[in-house]
Amino acid sequence: MVIGAATLADAPAAPDVAASARDGAGGGSGLAAALGDSASVGLGLVPLGLAFGVVVTHAGLPWWCATLFTSVIYAGSLEFLLVPLAVAAVPLASIALTAFLVNVRHVFYSLSFPLHRVNGRLAKAYSTFAMTDEAYALTTAENAREWPGRRIVGLQVLLHLYWVLGATAGALLSTLIPSGLSGLDFAMTALFTVLALDALRDRRGDLPTPVLAVLSALIARWLFPGQFLLAAFVVFTAGLLTRRLVTMARSADA
Amino acid sequence: MPDAGYLFAAVGVAAAVTWALRALPFAVLTALRSSATVRELSARMPAGVMVILLCYCLRDLPVTHPGRLPAPLVALGATVGLHLWRRSALLSIVGGTIVYVVLANAVHLH
Repeated sequence: MVIGAATLADAPAAPDVAASARDGAGGGSGLAAALGDSASVGLGLVPLGLAFGVVVTHAGLPWWCATLFTSVIYAGSLEFLLVPLAVAAVPLASIALTAFLVNVRHVFYSLSFPLHRVNGRLAKAYSTFAMTDEAYALTTAENAREWPGRRIVGLQVLLHLYWVLGATAGALLSTLIPSGLSGLDFAMTALFTVLALDALRDRRGDLPTPVLAVLSALIARWLFPGQFLLAAFVVFTAGLLTRRLVTMARSADA
Repeated sequence: MPDAGYLFAAVGVAAAVTWALRALPFAVLTALRSSATVRELSARMPAGVMVILLCYCLRDLPVTHPGRLPAPLVALGATVGLHLWRRSALLSIVGGTIVYVVLANAVHLH
């Protein structure tokens, strides 16, 4: 069963896309369904990729670095951070540490990412490799509950493709953009704004979760500004666990 | 300018660490899937995670320079407004970014 072809947006999906999405849910062409799923947030990766490509070349790195970073690392926020580090040629150990601190949040994603629906070693391997924030947001959404593995991996391939093509195009076209122009990286803030709004819409009525998330972020910003993401995720998870334990203790008393 | 060898090595290191963080926890945590606590966590986590990532993007808001605050705040408002209005991720991202680029560069000119 499938809920709709246009997953996050209410944007009108072309009828043929909607039809193939229904077929795809039956185990047919997962890629056709994925095309519809990726239309919304996925296409948002194109302007973000363009912005990243421009950032790469304006920093003085060769254009192919945009393609290399986006296809091999495939972790947007780390790639943005890596550009100045690579320009400064910092030691590889610093790069490993940065990658760890920026991406350690993905450890938490394994609790809810539907990898168990993906079949085959190769598909599973790719699916973990391509488990980005965007892929996680889309596949854990309310309307993705019934997606078969093929549709999940198909969506991941498309998101990967949008990101690599956007970045490569941005790097190649960046000579057209004045080097003094700043602020294209706001596309990442806008992307997470959209993902947060969509995720919150799925959990209407669950006010404590976003409140706890904002509190965790503030605590992390205040106490551990150098390790913001790691600290925020740890505090947030601890908060959710505490809340769960308190609720369980209360219902045990009752 | 770093040479190509360094760039490839840097990308290799970053990719290996990232993939390990994404793949290895599944080996440990799959066993926990049947637990009701993990199920509740996984239902609440996506929304909280995205809110935290948004806060992370906003962590460097120039709160001590009120003159530079309008650009990110207005752009954020535009992104939210566009998204609540049309619910098109592409439109919200492109629109919000254009608003930010225009405002940020207009401020820099003065």
